[in-house]
Amino acid sequence: MPNGADLLVKTLSDLGVRTIFGYPGASVLPIYDSLSSSSIRHILTAHESGACFAAEGYARSSHNVGVVLTTSGPGATNLITGIADAFMDSIPLVAITGNVPLSCLGHDTFQEIDIFGVTLPITKWSTIVKSAKEIPETIRKAFSIALSGRMGPVLIDIPSNILLESAAYTPGTLDIKPKPVINEDDIKAAADLINKSKKPLLYVGGGVKNSGAKKEVAQFALQSFAQVCTSYMGIGCYDPYDGSYLGVLSDDNPVTTAAIKECDLLISLGARFNSRFSAFKYLRKKKIPVVQIDMDKSEINKNIDSTVAVVGDVKEVLEKLTPLVKVQPEDEWVFKDTLEEEEIEKPRAIQIIDALCEKLGDTVTITTDVGLHQQWTALNYKFKTPEKFLTSGGLGTMGFSMGAAIGAHFATRGKVMAITSDGSFNMNFNELATAVKHDIPLIVCIFNNNSLGLIRKMQLANGSKKTPQSSLYLGTDYVALANAMSARGVRILEEDDINAKLDEALNGTLPVVIDCRISINEGM
Amino acid sequence: MKEEQVQKEIISVLVKNEAGVLSRIAGLFSRRGYNIDALNVCATEDERFSRMTVAITETPSSTKQIIAQLEKQEEVVKVLCLGDVKSVFRELLLVKLEIGADKRSDIVNLNTLFGSKAIDISPDTMILELTGSTEKIDAFMEVITNGYTILEVARTGGTALEKGSAVMSKKL
Repeated sequence: MPNGADLLVKTLSDLGVRTIFGYPGASVLPIYDSLSSSSIRHILTAHESGACFAAEGYARSSHNVGVVLTTSGPGATNLITGIADAFMDSIPLVAITGNVPLSCLGHDTFQEIDIFGVTLPITKWSTIVKSAKEIPETIRKAFSIALSGRMGPVLIDIPSNILLESAAYTPGTLDIKPKPVINEDDIKAAADLINKSKKPLLYVGGGVKNSGAKKEVAQFALQSFAQVCTSYMGIGCYDPYDGSYLGVLSDDNPVTTAAIKECDLLISLGARFNSRFSAFKYLRKKKIPVVQIDMDKSEINKNIDSTVAVVGDVKEVLEKLTPLVKVQPEDEWVFKDTLEEEEIEKPRAIQIIDALCEKLGDTVTITTDVGLHQQWTALNYKFKTPEKFLTSGGLGTMGFSMGAAIGAHFATRGKVMAITSDGSFNMNFNELATAVKHDIPLIVCIFNNNSLGLIRKMQLANGSKKTPQSSLYLGTDYVALANAMSARGVRILEEDDINAKLDEALNGTLPVVIDCRISINEGM
Repeated sequence: MKEEQVQKEIISVLVKNEAGVLSRIAGLFSRRGYNIDALNVCATEDERFSRMTVAITETPSSTKQIIAQLEKQEEVVKVLCLGDVKSVFRELLLVKLEIGADKRSDIVNLNTLFGSKAIDISPDTMILELTGSTEKIDAFMEVITNGYTILEVARTGGTALEKGSAVMSKKL
């Protein structure tokens, strides 16, 4: 008869899981025994946090559940940031942790932690398994919850004795909850409000990605003569070359602030009015009506007061709403031309991003960390599909990019690029070893400005005279570091020709680490 | 958000009877900055479910947000804001008084007036039990605070049911 570990692995396998990410430890060794004779590929990362970000990256680029497996105690606590990240960005993640034997729980046993308790506020659901026979159904329940409705992370904590307990396998299927039933009156109210508008602005969020509604959004925008902007999570959900696209809502993208002030209706599609963009305040100040479309009822009126709300899956809502839309637009409701910036030389970092975009386009999945480089990438790289840009939108996690890129590679089997900075890369360059080991076609692009640029920018904006903790000047030789880790390194100095150096980097063996030296004052 | 006045609300939450549910639901309130005035958790007619009765003082829009957050929890079966329906609400008070034999007859009168009863008597103390609405228990407490020495008080927080034939767990 199989034991609990065998049941776990068999259930994952039956659910179609082919790749999981993790790190072994004493409490989960029986699972590793079972894995070794299964068809599931286990990717060993350098650190459990890297494994969790990899599972997230896998989920973000495939829309399948990402699975991460670690041991008890520190193995479990190292998952916390990744789980929180998945919670904030609605990513389907199943975290499986081992724990000390059931009889030892609560005794402060070696490597014991109440990971169930610790992760309560950052999981959709979690459980401590009490017997081996529960394992198949518990795993299926975890997958069902992670994928149902607004997606998110779940955690299964398994005491180690349960893994050795014998029990029979019970087959079953996932129980994905149906999407919310759309209220037809709300659709009509939304259409009425939209049809009165002459200058509608679309705010496209991550819900559009999860709903697979890119085509429906394009049709809706066309029919409503709307200008369109996205959240960070919505990047790639709208054609970046379309004339009505204004880019990412950002204080660093003035056209979006101008559009918010000027529009006569904001239509939010699966977005949650993140506090990172300060211009949302004009909605209230100027009494601009808001149509809010979201599948999570608790998002309605949470961060702003909406005029009309429709609860439902964005795609399903737009299929009903678009045929009812007949907007009579105003001629001047076009932004790009009026706000076109003067032709000045772009900052070097943006020149590099433009060049990367030209050379790689949509052939690569890009991940970022958090800081100026994240903003530069979000604002300047032209993403045509949302699955090609993976970023930590809600939690804003430095250290996300390397693990996420590795996970994305195993989901797509394609080329991946982590765009990062000296500050962020120092949090996660350990995963370069994982990329080398698995021969992952990874490009790491470090915007090395000797500082925590975004933090320094905030400090200077707030009047700080000295910023020693955000000025790094570490003296790390990232080319030598890459070489030491059996990857390749290329340095682009400020005076170097960007194109030639990028060609050198991109046309050789991968993984490659590109150390892009830029001025500490760039983007300030 | 509009300027709104806070008001007392009682929310009845039918939850799955599983380990950790109380922590998850209580945490939902605390991490969003909502204070719980009183909380009662009890068994129900169906052993699969427990009932949580939560008293809060919040603005109507915060209450709506709390309910929406509760409704999306995996363990939550149904949420009912008792302000929206006709309901009955009771809490239980146990109070231990320092009281000798000479004053016991006063308490008998008090018990007649309030419907409280003595459930433990020792030579120097007495424990009284009273069930009622929060207002009734407050009034009772005011009277005994002024006339007697209170040694200990235990109040349960309220529990409530919708009036009439409605049943929260019906058709589940």
